[in-house]
Amino acid sequence: MTLPEGPAAVPLLSVRGLTKLFGSFAACNAIDLDIAAGEIHALLGENGAGKSTLVKMLFGVLQPSAGQILWEGTPVTISSPGEARRLGVGMVFQHFSLFEALTVAENIALSLDPKISLSKISDEAAALSKAYGLPLDPKAHVADLSVGERQRIEIVRALLQNPKLIILDEPTSVLTPQEADRLFETLFKLKAEGRSVLYISHRLEEVRRICDRATVLRHGRVTGACDPKLETPASLARMMVGSDVAQVHRDSAEALGDIRIEVTDLSVPARTPFAVSLKNISLKVRAGEVLAIAGVAGNGQGELFDALSGEYPVADDEAIRIRGKAVGGMGINGRRLLGAGFVPEERHGHAAVSALPLSDNLLLARSQSDKQAFLSGGAVSIIRQDAIRSATRRICEAMDVRKSGEDPLAGSLSGGNLQKFIVGRELDRQPAVLIVNQPTWGVDAGAASRIRQALIDLAKAGSAVVVISQDLDEIFEVATNIAVISEGQLSDPHPAGTLTLERIGLMMGGIHESHSIPEAAHAH
Amino acid sequence: MHIELEKRARVSTLFSILSPLLALALTLVFGLVMFWLLGKSPLGALYSFFVEPLLEVWSLHELAVKAAPLILIAVGLAICYRSNNWNIGAEGQFTIGAITGSILPVMNPEWHSPLILPLMLLMGMAGGAFYAAIPALLKTRFNTNEILTSLMLVYIAQLYLDWLTRGPWRDPQGYNFPQTKSFQIEAVLPEVLSSGRAHWGFIFALVAAVALWFMMRFMLKGFQVSVLGQSERAGRFAGFSARRMVWFSMLLSGALAGLAGISEVSGSIGHLQPSISPGYGFTAIIVAFLGRLNPLGIVASGLVLALTYLGGEAAQLSIGISDKVSRVFQGLLLFFVLSCDTLIHYKIRLVLAGATTGEARR
Repeated sequence: MTLPEGPAAVPLLSVRGLTKLFGSFAACNAIDLDIAAGEIHALLGENGAGKSTLVKMLFGVLQPSAGQILWEGTPVTISSPGEARRLGVGMVFQHFSLFEALTVAENIALSLDPKISLSKISDEAAALSKAYGLPLDPKAHVADLSVGERQRIEIVRALLQNPKLIILDEPTSVLTPQEADRLFETLFKLKAEGRSVLYISHRLEEVRRICDRATVLRHGRVTGACDPKLETPASLARMMVGSDVAQVHRDSAEALGDIRIEVTDLSVPARTPFAVSLKNISLKVRAGEVLAIAGVAGNGQGELFDALSGEYPVADDEAIRIRGKAVGGMGINGRRLLGAGFVPEERHGHAAVSALPLSDNLLLARSQSDKQAFLSGGAVSIIRQDAIRSATRRICEAMDVRKSGEDPLAGSLSGGNLQKFIVGRELDRQPAVLIVNQPTWGVDAGAASRIRQALIDLAKAGSAVVVISQDLDEIFEVATNIAVISEGQLSDPHPAGTLTLERIGLMMGGIHESHSIPEAAHAH
Repeated sequence: MHIELEKRARVSTLFSILSPLLALALTLVFGLVMFWLLGKSPLGALYSFFVEPLLEVWSLHELAVKAAPLILIAVGLAICYRSNNWNIGAEGQFTIGAITGSILPVMNPEWHSPLILPLMLLMGMAGGAFYAAIPALLKTRFNTNEILTSLMLVYIAQLYLDWLTRGPWRDPQGYNFPQTKSFQIEAVLPEVLSSGRAHWGFIFALVAAVALWFMMRFMLKGFQVSVLGQSERAGRFAGFSARRMVWFSMLLSGALAGLAGISEVSGSIGHLQPSISPGYGFTAIIVAFLGRLNPLGIVASGLVLALTYLGGEAAQLSIGISDKVSRVFQGLLLFFVLSCDTLIHYKIRLVLAGATTGEARR
């Protein structure tokens, strides 16, 4: 190694030509990256761009196929997360690894030296959380905490190791805008102490707001390195996507028709100890309307979808009406026959079976609603492969589903393409009512804009659409009216034009409970 | 240097076909080693085990007799396993099917009507289905594990048969042998050809295999089986009921095992006795997996496993080794089948330390 010219010139972490191959597929291809001490560095890219693979190599979860990692100028091999922690790298994953039945302190203890006593950990965690503005009760059970609080546990857990570099993977995807603001304050504190932050996101606005430098990845390669403050969201998006993303268009003031789906005072007890119970939910959606239901993950969205779809019918038949008919106790196929369509949140193993081809996955959702077309032979129910194949082709063309081969396995499609197929599968029926949970979760920007446009067009053609989503940008793009779900309760709907991000944020944080209003307001 | 298992991007069709053959080959290799360790001539032993039984017409008939229950049971189990219901108790359902099917000839030995045989077969199926309904009920009502309940019921069935044949159903003129009266001629499942013992059970097995293959390949019911087997949640989204699938698959496999039981008793034994099966119900599990849970594949694998039974008997006669050898072969085969299936989803790579950089920069 040549001698460094000066301490400031040596980046904390340098990556040279880092490559990770999975078979012949290069998830990361010759990546170069420098992170200076005391900077917040953004790693931008769409889903599948290679961000997660890159940070997994930095944290020792994956081993690079080629290339070099330099820590303070010295080449290192990071063979395990433990090794990474010893070097001074801390990581906060997008999906938390916490035990719900244990307390905060116990969860933290699990990642530390077993010799340290629990009370000492509690004290340190409490001190740290105070110092960084991350209020946390070490004795609370994780199951009782909000997603934002759970994330704080992960951050405190990382900070206890006194790291020089903290990697945060999509930290704001589960936070309300106010919770995100608090997180940013914490990050600025860390930066002021000379620690570095590698901040992974695909949210351009917040990257421009808090990051000093950005590295953009696309298809496993670095496609741009810039100062995000000097870029516009559009120019950053171009670097991420490689082309301009189609804007979603919506004509204002559509005429609304009759009520297509009506929920009156729906209450559903929690099915499992960790599920959310639904309390007195009421909503009405008219033909031509898109009702968006905002909310932080885990506030009853999945449970609401289960009740609306009829996957888990509810006790009170009158609580849900589709096109005027009481359907509370009816199963999902009965509701489909009334003209409803459903798109669940989870693609693999819920909306689709990964190991089955697309044509089978078409039949999955429509075996009863399209009995006439897809089945023959009466009670024997012979599957008409040719009819299903041609419908599959039609859907793939209509939604521009890119796939390899005529009828590939659902699992072989990218998230965006599979989601386009799953949405297209319902749109193909021209449903009178469409219920969608997280329509563009984990989907690339191109597919997301296509799906959102399709939802708007469906409403314009006279259907009622319910969109349950955590993504506020998406909600403002598609919604006619917006309601917020929090702890299993649904707020009154408000016309989209009258709401600001700010107000929705307050409602998401739990407007139903009085104590959270001052707390949220305090964040500003 | 170390070995890495790398997940394939897509399932390898080549290895889906090759894996059972590879497993067979490995079984033979280890069989050679085993015979050698036993001090026998390995090739000669393999010859008398696997080839000799195929050279005579009568023993081909025996092959069909042994393959019939294996195939009948295994095609039912395949549907169960595809739907993620793990019926391990086919041996018990086989036994109960044999008992309920034998009620008519045992209780009415003087009834000489052509109706008796079809009634016996139906009662055998009903008995097997009833016995499989117990774990199905326990699973759907109390969420018990069907692997345990169905397995435990096997021993109850076997002891019940033992008690029947030594007690109330024992032939009074049978010199105290623990067996029932021989069935009247109308109650005996006839041979298919005059050249040997193979009875209609083998035809039932073929019909069942083709029918279930058709169901899995072309019918909505088969689609429900594979969807619910792979993801109960997706099945619920499709509006398919997982509970009803538990009932359907358990009753179907139970009925087929029951049919196998009564066919075996009526077609090749001719009376009830304490032991009516050399473990067909358990061996059928191997048959089902070796046949890739595909009913047509199961016909082939059923014949292979039937050969291990015949081979065991032949080896006992000609080279004087215990017929437990057939058990060993069956175990080896199951082990290799399951492990070779890894190759369908994974590639094996030898990684030489530090040698991975070469191909990286392309």
